[in-house]
Amino acid sequence: MDILILGILLGGSYALMALGLQLQYGVARIMNLANGEVLVAGSFGAFWFWTGLKLSPFLSIVPAALLAFAANWLVYRYVLRPLVRRAKSHGQLEVDSILATFGMSFILVGVMIAVFGGEYFSYSYLARPFEIFGQPYGLNRIVAFGGSAVLCIVLALWLTRSRTGLALRGVAVNPTAAGLVGIDVLKASALAFALGGAVTATGGALLSAFLTFDASLGVIFTMKALIIIIFGGVSDIRGAIVASFILGIVESAVARLIDPGLTLAAAYILFIAVLLWRPQGLFGRKSA
Amino acid sequence: MADPAPRQVLEVRAASKNFGGLLAVDGLDLTLNDGEVLGLIGPNGSGKTTAINLISGALQLTGGTILLDGEDISAHTAHRRARLGIARTFQIVRVLHSLSVVENVMAGGVFGHTRLWGGELREAAVALLDRVGLRGSPAAPVDALTYIDQKRVELARALMSDPKVVLLDEWLAGLNPTELKTGIELVESLAAEGRNIIVVEHVMDAIRSLCRRCIVMNSGRKIAEGSTRDVLADPEVVRAYLGEDDA
Amino acid sequence: MKPTAREQRFFAVAAAGFVAAAALPAFDDGYWLSMGITIAMYTVLATSWALFSGPTRYIALSTAAFFGIGMYTVGIGIATVPYPLLLLAAGLIGAALGGIVGLATLRVSGVYFVIFTLGLAELVRQLFTWVQTTMGTSSGLYVLVDTSERLVYWQLLALAATVYLAGWAIGRSRLGFALRIIGDDETVASHSGINTARAKVALFVVSCTFAAVTGAVLAPRWNYVEPTNAFSAMLSFQVVIMALLGGAHRLWGPLVGVVPFALIWDVISAQAPNQSTLLLGVAFLLIVYFIPHGVIGLIEKQFRRRRAGYG
Ligand SMILES: Nc1ncnc2c1ncn2[C@@H]1O[C@H](COP(=O)(O)OP(=O)(O)OP(=O)(O)O)[C@@H](O)[C@H]1O
Ligand SMILES: [Mg+2]
Repeated sequence: MDILILGILLGGSYALMALGLQLQYGVARIMNLANGEVLVAGSFGAFWFWTGLKLSPFLSIVPAALLAFAANWLVYRYVLRPLVRRAKSHGQLEVDSILATFGMSFILVGVMIAVFGGEYFSYSYLARPFEIFGQPYGLNRIVAFGGSAVLCIVLALWLTRSRTGLALRGVAVNPTAAGLVGIDVLKASALAFALGGAVTATGGALLSAFLTFDASLGVIFTMKALIIIIFGGVSDIRGAIVASFILGIVESAVARLIDPGLTLAAAYILFIAVLLWRPQGLFGRKSA
Repeated sequence: MADPAPRQVLEVRAASKNFGGLLAVDGLDLTLNDGEVLGLIGPNGSGKTTAINLISGALQLTGGTILLDGEDISAHTAHRRARLGIARTFQIVRVLHSLSVVENVMAGGVFGHTRLWGGELREAAVALLDRVGLRGSPAAPVDALTYIDQKRVELARALMSDPKVVLLDEWLAGLNPTELKTGIELVESLAAEGRNIIVVEHVMDAIRSLCRRCIVMNSGRKIAEGSTRDVLADPEVVRAYLGEDDA
Repeated sequence: MKPTAREQRFFAVAAAGFVAAAALPAFDDGYWLSMGITIAMYTVLATSWALFSGPTRYIALSTAAFFGIGMYTVGIGIATVPYPLLLLAAGLIGAALGGIVGLATLRVSGVYFVIFTLGLAELVRQLFTWVQTTMGTSSGLYVLVDTSERLVYWQLLALAATVYLAGWAIGRSRLGFALRIIGDDETVASHSGINTARAKVALFVVSCTFAAVTGAVLAPRWNYVEPTNAFSAMLSFQVVIMALLGGAHRLWGPLVGVVPFALIWDVISAQAPNQSTLLLGVAFLLIVYFIPHGVIGLIEKQFRRRRAGYG
């Protein structure tokens, strides 16, 4: 029971970063390996707003998201777009964008180390116990979960109901056809990439309320996000959310029952299982 | 119409392919007899290329069966089908850009239905280049060739494995009248050698002179089959070609 | 097929190069010998990386995992098994694991492969740490063998020669031809009868084997092997950078990247250790945007242009 609740709380925060990456990969077709660093940057942002300005993490997600949106938009427009234009094939774009976003992730880590140093960071916010079924949990965890749940729902509704959201999903399904029916694919991709970055950074800000982090933690989150979207399907919001919870639960189960040092290993076992049995994702249909 | 007891080289039974709801090929039956050039025609988007992809193994069937010389190959991967003797060209030419002209052709003869290597392989490739009418330098980069010549390279690559069945997907498209004539003659000479060929074409002159028998597809379904002349006069076929504009 | 005259000349030059390199310890056995070890190590790793990733364009980030496994093979076995046998064992274990990873990931898209290999070192590191802590021993292993810098260096040179010979042999084999076809167009490859998955796995296994043996050769030099230093992800990234910098599509390409990068990296990590991550990132971007085919690619382009100009 305990494991289940902890897992769900953790999964809620994973869901945001996975949705961020999904927007970037599904719509803008960029496998962003700097995703985890954007998340950690969001955590640092929240940390800085809290210690410097006494701004609560739940308010600091607003400036963090805006900043991340602007920065990611610029990155897409001026750094990644040339690669998209240069690519002769889907495979080449994949390799180029993997290497380029890798480079960016290192640069981000380097900058964060230069600014904040290489130590571990954490701050104490709403660090009071809160009881569910007679068991105490950190209030900050619960509030962070609530925050990301609300954001996930808003995002999902926006993607499925609004005009722009539908345009993004159109591009995700078929960029050529979307272009033919009058959707500006370039703009939609830039928007999706920027939005993905903003969502991820928000996830980072919320996570920082209860997680100790350091500048080099990003790559772990990148891997988790990647595993989630492969598990859930690259363009399936529902799948990604379910996969986030599964990962959260598996991780807390392994941490509790075997060893906290094995959480990534657990995620990997999940990944291998998916590759072997359902490479098309949780809800994906089989295709050639 | 056909010979008394033609041997069936390739048999496709009730093949279908579903692309996330779109039935691109819907219950297609098709047989290719020994020594035959079969025409596969139909308007744009009718499922011809998809049918070729199902036969070559580029796509896996959603339903149905494919037999080659009586052996069920429905579940085989593309490379296994190639080894059993199915070779093809692609509607949009696919040459190997970093390889030379002759290496492009050699690629077809190392791992497929026949397996050559060394000097023997190169000689066979050079001979085939000559056969398809490419008399330039075999060592030239393939990118230096015109689109038409790249199509010839592709045909030579397909023939390199001495295949039982050759699938030509609009191999004659884009040729000017003189080239078309030599192209048709080339395919005819292959047929005269006894190669079994399926020709997908929009050029009706080519179909008329190459194929005695034709299959017509529309919206994934077979709408007519029979001697080329009868089929082309069939009102439903005429309607399919003229009256469809929902593409 | 017998080697052509051109290949024979090439062999002669290469052999001379190796003899010259082998003479290095006679001149200096301090800084330059240790630099020589670094260069030889990265030459083996980057060249064997490029054997697989060059033609297939699958970015493998698992070098550190196999390197670390090689080290641990020596660390675990050194008390009971003779050292040369351990080198063999490291190779076999690396090959077996590479085969499993390849079979699981190479049938699907390139992205999955990258992601999988990215986490592999971390996965193995966590597993080793866990095993060591649950067994209640210390977190590392001592590797106490009678060896010297020279011996390590010569072993690495021999390994490098083996990589080059293997690369050359593969290049003229059917497998090499198959990989060139796969690199250009996988669909054409499978329609020509190539079992693309098997060809890729075969090459990946070769590349993993070399990484594992390299780790095994270097283990005695470190004396103490523990998860954090044996499975350092940075190693994988550096190998990728060096190979791409030189040019992964030619057998000699990675060497062209390894030598300058190793020298510069040495200066950087001494002068500005905190900025090294940042600089690595910048190097990645520079390569992607300005030299996508490596230094060798630039040179080849110049040659072609000049030849085209005269012709
Ligand atoms: N990989 C695919 N995914 C989804 N839909 C596809 C795919 N390939 C083909 N289709 C669809 O299947 C239908 C049949 O296409 P196909 O290419 O087989 O037609 P065709 O008869 O070869 O047309 P053309 O004469 O223009 O070459 C079309 O509606 C096409 O959009
Ligand atoms: Mg077609």
